[in-house]
Amino acid sequence: MVQIKRLQEGGADIIAVIGEIDASSSIDLDLAIAKSVGEGAKKILVDCSALEYISSAGLGVFMSYIEELRDKNIQMVLFGLKEKVVNTFEILGLASLLHIRENKSEALKLANELSV
Amino acid sequence: MNYQYNIGCSLANLKGIRDFIRKALHENHVPEMQVSAIVLALDEMCSNLMIHAHHCDPNHQLELKIDHPSKNEFIFEIVDDGSVFDINRFVEPAMENLVQEKRKGGLGIRLVKSIMDRIEYRKEAGKSICRLTKTI
Repeated sequence: MVQIKRLQEGGADIIAVIGEIDASSSIDLDLAIAKSVGEGAKKILVDCSALEYISSAGLGVFMSYIEELRDKNIQMVLFGLKEKVVNTFEILGLASLLHIRENKSEALKLANELSV
Repeated sequence: MNYQYNIGCSLANLKGIRDFIRKALHENHVPEMQVSAIVLALDEMCSNLMIHAHHCDPNHQLELKIDHPSKNEFIFEIVDDGSVFDINRFVEPAMENLVQEKRKGGLGIRLVKSIMDRIEYRKEAGKSICRLTKTI
């Protein structure tokens, strides 16, 4: 249902989320972020361009990392969100709690700025 | 037009539920953004029931019904055996607390209440029925 790929690019960890994240698959997103954090990544970019659907279980995963990332000075930026996915974030007012950018280069730029 | 879908309480079945609702709404020419929101609300309701009322036991059944009584109105019913989880009585934690407590719950109920116009519960012949109404 969901496929997650991790790669390194431009000094950042990129987590590409492909497919749908619901209560049965949110654990995969959780594990991928935990792995990047555990391996000491300071910049995590989440590629949502192939994310077709996210429910509160997936949103909860992002929320649950906000404090830990702040404490460890890790910057996480989401990019490439489809309109229907952005809408889910907006209903909850989460768009203001997370860093979201249009594309990868803007996301990396923001992560670099926030890292200074 | 009426639609019905029966499914066991396994989280792996959520995708089937979403596809069923999506197809029914597309057949009735509901705009895509509305379809996405309604699919999300029903996914949240069903996963809540599966997890909290049925402990993901695939032998427990949920029955989903969609009724379209007038041009703009859609009624969704989720029928199960006697669960008593009423989200109208659930007070969602504040967003700040969700971040601080690293809680992963509460967001779904907030979504359902934002998306649906009405959420009602009733008991009928030993069954619990949750009725969600949405005017497009």
